Amino acid sequence: MVGAAVTLDVFRYRPEQSAEPSFQTYEIPYREDWVVLDALNYIKDHLDGSLAYRWSCRMGVCGSCGMMVNGTPRLTCSTFLREFYPRAVRVEPLANFPVARDLITVLDDFLEKLVRVRPWIVREGEQPLTGGEYRQTPGELDRYKQFSMCINCTLCYAACPIYALEPHFVGPAAIALAQRYNQDSRDEGGLARLRALSTPEGIWACTLVGECTTVCPTGVDPAGAIQQAKLAAALDWLRRVLVPWRNR
Amino acid sequence: MKLYRRPSEFAWWVTNRAYFLFVVRELTSVFIAGYGVVLLVLLQRLAAGPQTYAAYLRFLASPGMIFFHLVALAAALYHSVTWFRLAPQAMPVRLRGRRVPPPAIVAAGYAAWGAISLVVVWIVLRGPR
Amino acid sequence: MIHRTEPFWWLLFSAGGSVAAILAPVLILLTGLAAPLGWFPAAFAYGPLRGLAVHPLTRLVLFVLIALAFFHWAHRFRYTLAEGLALKRAWLPVAVACYAAAVAGTIWAALVLIRL
Repeated sequence: MVGAAVTLDVFRYRPEQSAEPSFQTYEIPYREDWVVLDALNYIKDHLDGSLAYRWSCRMGVCGSCGMMVNGTPRLTCSTFLREFYPRAVRVEPLANFPVARDLITVLDDFLEKLVRVRPWIVREGEQPLTGGEYRQTPGELDRYKQFSMCINCTLCYAACPIYALEPHFVGPAAIALAQRYNQDSRDEGGLARLRALSTPEGIWACTLVGECTTVCPTGVDPAGAIQQAKLAAALDWLRRVLVPWRNR
Repeated sequence: MKLYRRPSEFAWWVTNRAYFLFVVRELTSVFIAGYGVVLLVLLQRLAAGPQTYAAYLRFLASPGMIFFHLVALAAALYHSVTWFRLAPQAMPVRLRGRRVPPPAIVAAGYAAWGAISLVVVWIVLRGPR
Repeated sequence: MIHRTEPFWWLLFSAGGSVAAILAPVLILLTGLAAPLGWFPAAFAYGPLRGLAVHPLTRLVLFVLIALAFFHWAHRFRYTLAEGLALKRAWLPVAVACYAAAVAGTIWAALVLIRL
């Protein structure tokens, strides 16, 4: 539709200008096949080069372009303007993270928690190369594949009200990725991860609000991962209580 | 680098529909526990004798108590529906290496719920034996 | 310390939620609506109902349901207070009060059902 326009209200934070953020309104041409990221790129290229935001693959696999679009955490490369047109589109940085500038959040807290759950194969000892590959059946792969789809976009942290209230909460993605490795037949790190997970700020802080799963763009179902982790931890606790002499 | 931390919203669960439904779901536990109390009192009155029991039944028939039970029933139903819906997420069932589809688990939950409810109704209503 | 006591309360919460999900609606319907409104007078007459309640299996089922419902409430309410009122999650007094109430309720349930 030639001539049609859509309004974007964009969160601006420029600490060198003001300690308080503001909203800036832009009129951009409306194209039916444009996503919010296209609109931001149009702003940057033609209207306001000072706008700062993250993006990369523009096809929903890198996890860089997460922002709040009309109050909901979305990947802006996968959110079409036509979903909102002709209403205005409000774009803000992902909730529950500090803002460095404009639409850019600081992810240090998430990254620290991610490392804390050891999202890699942990083994007592490595098989020698002569022993060949670690073999895994399709059934064994199926047990963790869903959780491996996480692209670290942190939409789930923006959607989680517990993380909003309780910044120490380890969070959906980190726990889902811990489960991805706990469920991997090649991994032996369950106990090490349990120390990071089965704590009041770990899995037990979660009350299954479920919004993390709702907003996840790759179908990881972090809420499910956390509940499964709770059951696994509870069974481990029962074993320690009922059979304490079993060396763990 | 001067970071901006957005102020947290105190009424976070009022303004968002998903959060609001979540809090409603959590509060159903209050009504179920409340019913537990009412049921215990009923059993207490039952032990005390026919007149005491009849008096309590009259109290339960009052508009206030009927309203409470209607709300409690709605709360219990909402609890059951959300509980069965979330069950497959919490406990994925694997048969022969493949995951049982979540709708099957939800259906199994409803089936158990229906069957046991019917059994309870039959036990209570078949009257003096 | 790994786990601490969280799994214990969570297991009680889960058991309570499962039992309540299945039994609560039908029991509320029967004792809260059918009985007082006189829908099945023969079944809810004093004699038959007392006879049913006194049965050891009935007493066991009711005790398990009611006690677990109290612990289900305690765990859920403790977290709802912490979130809804934005209290510090690990605020001990709230947790202690909730679980203590559940323990008290469980003791009361045991006494009522034993003395039936």
